[in-house]
Amino acid sequence: MGPIELWLTFLCIGVITYAIRLSFILLFEKMVIPSFLMRALRFVPLAVLSAIILPALFLDGSRLDLSLGNARLLAGSIAAVVAWRTKNALLTIVVGMVGLWVLHIL
Amino acid sequence: MTSKHAEFLAGIKDILPILMGVIPFGLIYGVSARGAGIVAPAAQAMSFIVFAGSAQFVTAQLIGASVPWGIIVLTAVIINLRHALYSASVAPYLKRLHVLWRLLLAYLLTDEAYAVAITHYQRPGDMTRKHWYFLGTGLALWGTWQASTAIGVVLGAQVPADWSLDFTLPLTFIALVVPMLKDRAGLAAAITAGVIAVLAAGLPLKLGLLLATLMGMTVGLCLEPRDRKRASMFGPEEQDAGQTSDPIEPVEIAPASRPGKDGV
Repeated sequence: MGPIELWLTFLCIGVITYAIRLSFILLFEKMVIPSFLMRALRFVPLAVLSAIILPALFLDGSRLDLSLGNARLLAGSIAAVVAWRTKNALLTIVVGMVGLWVLHIL
Repeated sequence: MTSKHAEFLAGIKDILPILMGVIPFGLIYGVSARGAGIVAPAAQAMSFIVFAGSAQFVTAQLIGASVPWGIIVLTAVIINLRHALYSASVAPYLKRLHVLWRLLLAYLLTDEAYAVAITHYQRPGDMTRKHWYFLGTGLALWGTWQASTAIGVVLGAQVPADWSLDFTLPLTFIALVVPMLKDRAGLAAAITAGVIAVLAAGLPLKLGLLLATLMGMTVGLCLEPRDRKRASMFGPEEQDAGQTSDPIEPVEIAPASRPGKDGV
């Protein structure tokens, strides 16, 4: 990819991403949002983030890995328990990362 | 200290632990962008222009694989379409702000800043200063992202791949999601979205993420208890307490911003 193509690619992605982020924030006052949609929006953070987390833990490339040898699944599960018991974000990240390294060494 | 400053600082403080997961991911974005053959200024510029971790990461990988630019743009845009849902979700809280505020906060609307800010918006409290909290959270994340990707870009190949630093992304999200799981409907939404994302991972252009999110939201909505439904009718969209006179500062908003507080 040449330099001009590269910069144009970045610009396109950047401008469209910004437009997506701005969309409802700018237009909200001009439209009527149905109440079921308002209620559904409560689930946005849970749904999006879970849809990123689970594939990162369960998939090895494109293959489903449910074995005990799946270090990411084990480390992620330990991190989830830490997050649930402590609600401490830093501890969750540190325990998950150290857990993964330890499992890799074992 | 004014309450604006207090909100701003509280926003920074609340995202600090999350930044510990963002820094390694920024590092490996920088490293992978250089590894894909992107020159250093361009690799760093993407952090300014796009400012979205997973899309930047995938874009770098696709450029490294010599994928045509149209496909790269399309893929990155589909990955970032989830931000439309974030936008709709925060919009009711921002609608009284001056347009310059909204233009700025939209630029700072990333996964992590959104998750932290929306949690704060849904807590009880004075609604008129919470955009300062959002700004604090967003700017702290922005500065950290720029600095960490810059370090990654400079270090280049000196960060070994077997450190598995990419794993900090799902860990960060686990730290954000798990404390949000408070009721049956939320848990079902999260599990549905996660399972469908795993099953639909083979879909082209990362469309699985979008499908999974929409299905998760639908399941959550269906399982929502009746009383909660009634309570959240009086959510942010009902806060029409007068018009703003000062273009920068929103007026006091009615204290109905606690979806479900008097529900379950």
